Amino acid sequence: MAKGKVVINEDRCKGCELCTTVCPHKILALDPKKINKLGYHPVTLTDPEECIGCALCARMCPDCVIEVYRE
Amino acid sequence: MSEKLLMKGNEALGEAAVRAGCRLYFAYPITPQSELPEYLSRRMPEVGGVFLQAESEVAAINMVYGASGAGARVMTSSSSPGISLKQEGLSYIAGAELPCVVVNMARGGPGLGSIQPSQSDYLQATKGGGHGDYRLIVLAPASVQEVVDLTILAFDLADKYRNPVMIMGDGLLGQMMEPVTFPDEVKKELPPKPWATTGWTKDRPKNIITSLELQPERLEEHNRHLQAKYAQIVREEIRWDEYLTGDAEVVVVAYGTVARIARSAVDAAREKGIKAGLFRPITLWPYPYDALGRLADAAKNFLTVEMNCGQMVEDVRLAVDGRRPVYFYGRSGGMVPTPEEVLAEIEKLA
Amino acid sequence: MKPVFTRPRSLADVSTHYCPGCTHGIVHRLIAEAIDELDIAERTIGVAPVGCAVLAYNYFNVDFQEAAHGRAPAVATGIKRALPDRVVFTYQGDGDLASIGTAEIVHAANRGEAITVIYVNNAIYGMTGGQMAPTTLAGQKTTTSPFGRDVEVCGYPIRMAELLATLVAPRYIARVAVNSPAHIQQAKRAIKRAFEVQVNDHGFALVEVLSTCPTNWGLPPKKALAWLEENMIPYYPLGEFKVPKEAE
Repeated sequence: MAKGKVVINEDRCKGCELCTTVCPHKILALDPKKINKLGYHPVTLTDPEECIGCALCARMCPDCVIEVYRE
Repeated sequence: MSEKLLMKGNEALGEAAVRAGCRLYFAYPITPQSELPEYLSRRMPEVGGVFLQAESEVAAINMVYGASGAGARVMTSSSSPGISLKQEGLSYIAGAELPCVVVNMARGGPGLGSIQPSQSDYLQATKGGGHGDYRLIVLAPASVQEVVDLTILAFDLADKYRNPVMIMGDGLLGQMMEPVTFPDEVKKELPPKPWATTGWTKDRPKNIITSLELQPERLEEHNRHLQAKYAQIVREEIRWDEYLTGDAEVVVVAYGTVARIARSAVDAAREKGIKAGLFRPITLWPYPYDALGRLADAAKNFLTVEMNCGQMVEDVRLAVDGRRPVYFYGRSGGMVPTPEEVLAEIEKLA
Repeated sequence: MKPVFTRPRSLADVSTHYCPGCTHGIVHRLIAEAIDELDIAERTIGVAPVGCAVLAYNYFNVDFQEAAHGRAPAVATGIKRALPDRVVFTYQGDGDLASIGTAEIVHAANRGEAITVIYVNNAIYGMTGGQMAPTTLAGQKTTTSPFGRDVEVCGYPIRMAELLATLVAPRYIARVAVNSPAHIQQAKRAIKRAFEVQVNDHGFALVEVLSTCPTNWGLPPKKALAWLEENMIPYYPLGEFKVPKEAE
């Protein structure tokens, strides 16, 4: 069971990848299969089970697209 | 009415602003209007108001923008070179539809010019000044009492139309001492300004003061709205004064202090049997084109007298519309025309 | 699960026009968090600049005025003098504050206007397409310094925080960066402090925020974070240059 959960507002993501640089478990990556309303590949959680809910990704995101929850 | 006081034009203007409920005044020193900031630096603290000497005319007009956007009655003043510096702010204020009063006690130009009286900012005041399609309401008092009356009117017009209002004086008017009376009642209740950025309460959506509109369709719509407002001002706010124009064959057109000189010349002409009259615009914008044009039915010719090289004469020609000759007599650089000079011009046309 | 990070209430729930990876969005969020935590949204009035943040008024749930280029401190002065019990902040870029608006910021600071200034320094003019700013680093290439900023011709990049800290009146002046989680946490504290100084001490506060401009720096957003670290911070040191007396 994952300790944390992130909710990504994919339609607001601009695909800048800043969040991916700070994730301690490296479980954030752009999803090359998706294109959002803005025309970007949005970021996605590659391994939700690994999320610890540290919220570093959310604090790094310039577009406030990530919400974080923790047990 | 309260007792008569003997006051300089600049000081009377300051007192009138206070009586009109103005509690914020931002300005930068410049001759020949410095008595106004000096007066208000003493007076504003007495009424709990704010006098702030800004670091520049540019800053002063932007302080006016902020205070007006926050809902206050606010004023700034300067003289010609300083008014040039305020044009950026005036364009933004007009675009954002903020009410305020701006005083120009004009002096000779161009450039640093002189510190003597002049009317050479007429075109700047009435035809734009800053960038974009906008208008100032421009009021031109001819006496210290009228300075008082028009200053109070200026604040009311500014609020009514959400538009900057300029009081166009000159060094003479600012320095001149005359008896004045002020209204007894100090206005306290200002008109509601639900658009002001007073801090968002939960009772309304947030307010935004801006002149920016990046969508061309919406900026055009905003410009049309402004033009409709200006058209309403033209319909409702034109003011002028006439003296002996009923049977006048020579109509002298002059505003502000020059109108006083012209009036003496008209009297002298009448004594010589010349049917002369005086037409004095009080609002320079909106201009009394129709009222002046009507005089062309009876008058033989028009003489525009100005303290410049010929600016308002363009509006006189528009008003007369080619039906009668329009002549011009002007002095500039701080030179003030004398009644004798004006009389000599009238006599040429009689 | 409990929420540990959600959008601050004072940050409007809209997509911004900022380029991907531009850190203006982070600075916006930190301001909104400070406003929320101090519970001042309903008495706060912001002043937007000219530049990339010209539309900042769309991104906060507070009243806003949009100022002419560089004039935000004068506009904020007018608001604050009219409504002294409100909280007034300006949001300005380096072209706005450190070039065209130098007179306004110096004198607002020198008067000790009780306003909070958030000054975003990304060493370039963003909105107009990447021209040289007063803060552009020596040798940095921009569209108007195509061979790199020549300090013999253009002078040296201007350090506004240090310059303003020489004045007597300002209560709080700091420089922070938003290129890493640790720096963002510091920036958060500084920005909140800059509002507290206004609310509690009625003093002038300014936070210079080193920020990225991936588009005009010509770098991917991730590399822009590193460029800021390696190039800007050595010239623009982080820290508090002026703190309220009681805290010294």
